[in-house]
Amino acid sequence: MIAVVDYGVGNLFSILSSLKYIGADAEVVSDPALLREADKLILPGVGAFRDAAEKLRSTGMWDAVKAEAAVGKPLLGICLGMQLLFEKSFEFGEYEGLSLLKGSVRPLSDIVPKGFKIPQMGWNSLHFTVEKNRLFKYIDEGDFVYFVHSYYAADCEDSVIAVTDYGAKVTASAAKDNVFGCQFHPEKSGEVGLRILKAFCEEGSL
Amino acid sequence: MLTKRIIPCLDVRNGRVVKGVNFEGIRDVSSPIDLAKYYSSCGADELVFYDITASFEERKIFTGILKEAASSVFIPLTVGGGINSLDDFDRVLKSGADKVSVNSGAIKNPSLIYEAAKRYGSQCVVLSADVKRVNGVFRVFSKGGRENTGIEAVEWLRRGQESGAGEIVLNSIDTDGVKQGFDIPMLKAVCEAVSIPVIASGGAGRPEDFIELFKEVPGADAGLAASIFHFGEVKIKDLKALMKQNGIPVRI
Repeated sequence: MIAVVDYGVGNLFSILSSLKYIGADAEVVSDPALLREADKLILPGVGAFRDAAEKLRSTGMWDAVKAEAAVGKPLLGICLGMQLLFEKSFEFGEYEGLSLLKGSVRPLSDIVPKGFKIPQMGWNSLHFTVEKNRLFKYIDEGDFVYFVHSYYAADCEDSVIAVTDYGAKVTASAAKDNVFGCQFHPEKSGEVGLRILKAFCEEGSL
Repeated sequence: MLTKRIIPCLDVRNGRVVKGVNFEGIRDVSSPIDLAKYYSSCGADELVFYDITASFEERKIFTGILKEAASSVFIPLTVGGGINSLDDFDRVLKSGADKVSVNSGAIKNPSLIYEAAKRYGSQCVVLSADVKRVNGVFRVFSKGGRENTGIEAVEWLRRGQESGAGEIVLNSIDTDGVKQGFDIPMLKAVCEAVSIPVIASGGAGRPEDFIELFKEVPGADAGLAASIFHFGEVKIKDLKALMKQNGIPVRI
């Protein structure tokens, strides 16, 4: 079973429907103890980093997600859920992340030239920075996915697997062993997004 | 490179799409679900469901339709029409909407934008405005474009951005339905005043109108239309091919 981690932020309707659509056995899980029964985890998230991090802690999901990732279960963070995987974020202050991936989350305005709107909202193409990751086994270089974000993952050279061009190279996806992150929304990226989710669903535990 | 978006708008009443006719390869053109699937498969970048419901009962039907669409179409869905309160935001977001568009509701209660952005994030708050020239000044109209509010449009949209709106839909009443092209001067004025994405609406009659839009108004992020797509006058596939030919970044 794939657990969609519910910690009280964001809308889980789309991610759950897209997983069901591709035939995955997915459930929204709000009890941290039940994460143990899942084979894989998806960490969604919208809104501000600090609020999300606080809610992860207050619901007990912070430690539970870290523990499940540590035993090698595949984990996919989406959008803010991806940003939470890094060590820290500089969104309205400085906040600690789950530290499952090396790097930090910084404002897009640091690297994007003037004239580019923030948030980046819309469809942009994926460019693989390393040999095609398993997550992308059913898609191609240059495929389009849907982004909505104002912050991006920086200093993550050891885990970045795809970037997108928004006046600068922006981290689109990162992965290290069993931990995966997508800055874009695979559940809103049409056929390409469904194929990425399918690839994740086929991941086995390490 | 971020692409320019093409967005069909589906007016839904009593569970059916209003004005849907003339389609190849689609059985029931007035089924919002079938039409949404069809558009998604021909390359629409986003869909807008506009609720023109008249009663509480119909509203429940609309929410059901939305749920069904969101369970089978995996591109961004925006819902507009009858959004007056945070409860309305809650209802449509829980039924699968990704963004919620407010128009008259924000005119009646401008703090709705701020409250909704605070609770759900700016990314899902779309401020939609019906705008018409009155003695040379852009004025915001309410009630589906019937009533002049006297509010100056550019300032209204700029303030909407400040309050937390994450995107703007600018519908020009002057060009709406005329099919002679988007309202370039009005769009330019708004794009110069705001830094959030702007969706152009009103006036598209031919694929060339979208080319003109994106060439003349670089700040426009998307073009929205309804009947020309529903009636098959403009096919999204052909439109996108033409955009590509003209060097406009597009998702194909």
